[in-house]
Amino acid sequence: MYPAKFEYFAPRTLAEALSLLEKYGDEGKVLAGGQSLIPLMKLRFAAPRALIDLNRIEGLDQLVEEAGALRIGALVRTKACELSQLLHDRFRALGDAAPQISDPIVRNRGTVVGSLVHADPQGDWGSVMLAVGARVEARGSGGTRTVTIEQFFQGPFASALQPDEIVTSVVVPDPGPRASGTYLKLERKVGDFATVGVAVHLSLDNGRVRRAGIALTAVAPTNVKATKAEEALAGAELNDSSIRNAAELAAQAAEPRSDLRGSADYKRHIVQVFTERGLRTAAEAARAA
Amino acid sequence: MNEQARPVSDEPQMRRRVEMVVNGRPRSAEIETRLLLVHFLRETLGLTGTHVGCDTTSCGACTVRLQGTPIKSCTMFAVQADGLEVTTVEGLAQGGKLHPVQEGFKEEHGLQCGFCTPGMMLVSAALLEENPNPTEAEIRFAISGNICRCTGYQNIVKAVQWAAQKTQSGQAATTVA
Ligand SMILES: Cc1cc2nc3c(=O)[nH]c(=O)nc-3n(C[C@H](O)[C@H](O)[C@H](O)COP(=O)(O)OP(=O)(O)OC[C@H]3O[C@@H](n4cnc5c(N)ncnc54)[C@H](O)[C@@H]3O)c2cc1C
Ligand code: FES
Ligand code: FES
Repeated sequence: MYPAKFEYFAPRTLAEALSLLEKYGDEGKVLAGGQSLIPLMKLRFAAPRALIDLNRIEGLDQLVEEAGALRIGALVRTKACELSQLLHDRFRALGDAAPQISDPIVRNRGTVVGSLVHADPQGDWGSVMLAVGARVEARGSGGTRTVTIEQFFQGPFASALQPDEIVTSVVVPDPGPRASGTYLKLERKVGDFATVGVAVHLSLDNGRVRRAGIALTAVAPTNVKATKAEEALAGAELNDSSIRNAAELAAQAAEPRSDLRGSADYKRHIVQVFTERGLRTAAEAARAA
Repeated sequence: MNEQARPVSDEPQMRRRVEMVVNGRPRSAEIETRLLLVHFLRETLGLTGTHVGCDTTSCGACTVRLQGTPIKSCTMFAVQADGLEVTTVEGLAQGGKLHPVQEGFKEEHGLQCGFCTPGMMLVSAALLEENPNPTEAEIRFAISGNICRCTGYQNIVKAVQWAAQKTQSGQAATTVA
């Protein structure tokens, strides 16, 4: 399959990349890992006039802790997250999700940020970022702005990013003490998108929930937060009944459709089972943290 | 992998000259920007060991190593590899000697039709460099992005285990017949 012709640029600096993007407007496309964009170009669902490859820009591949928060630069590959001890220890939902995303070879190229900008409702990173309350930092001709991850997802394959903007990083806030999380994904085979995915993040304070983040993959037009479940848990004691109640509320937040991967009822049921299981796993890890 | 450090031409066009080191040998050509790396390797350079299976980023038959890292060459443009190093299956044997992974596939009958084999071997070679003594589960996880429709994977796993043992015991590789 051959994509349509395009002009290719490999700028060395973000400033250069931004000025190219400004010049080409919505006819220009940023290329990161290319694991979503190139398949779309091969099918000619995307036919940008200019391709602006970020891969030669230095400093965008930082995966670092900053005053307790985590900064994930635009060129951080999912593979780097899979291998990161920091994610495993302090940002567990991210660490648990990484090895379940796509396949090992795709993870060598695909970036976290590229996945978020792609805004596929079946994407796994989106739910993880909703659960942990991440912020997206974007730079455009008008300067830098920060968007909460909830505001970032506008619809299926639609983000709040302007055509002249580049996401420089995504920032995960400091989870604080007694915090953990996990990601559960049901997939038919390695490399398949989720039938259902559930991201859970918990922080505890004296045995009560300080903050709960729950977000769902592949059961709504975007990655979606189970807000009612989160609210029911906040301040509550974590026990069988509060966990079961939250899992039921999470299942109600899902609006799945029946398709080849399963019926709507089945998917809603999986949301409930995974939420319950995820909360128990996260609670145990948070108590030990 | 250090892509940033490599020199790259600044000329923006729909055609451009690329230079890369393929299997240790500098290669250069003027190509269309939309040319996929797999077609550059197979058609421009005549290195047909890299296969096109699905052409949709799913099967791993087109896997090559870019700066040492396995990638799917049907999902990268050749211009992206400008200034970088690429290893294909043709680059596995060194100085007339099979790579231990190649020997392993031969000894353990790790292939039937052979279509997936180049990708399987490159991924396995990369695995053994990172983890010289992998468990069976680690091998299966590492090759989980490569699809084989013939073998049922059992002998592929054995082939990688054979190569791991061979490399560990430090025996010299056999000469290509
Ligand atoms: C076989 C296969 C299986 C997969 N399975 C899964 C899966 O199970 N779960 C999952 O979540 N994903 C899956 N993916 C998608 C994969 O994770 C993609 O790599 C990822 O979604 C996109 O990241 P990328 O870096 O490759 O982005 P690209 O393809 O380079 O870009 C994607 C989009 O984001 C834009 N973009 C990228 N970076 C920036 C930036 N910094 N600023 C502005 N715009 C930007 C691009 O212009 C493009 O529109 C799969 C992909 C494949 C091929
Ligand atoms: S041909 Fe590239 S992944 Fe199948
Ligand atoms: S040997 Fe035939 S596809 Fe693997």
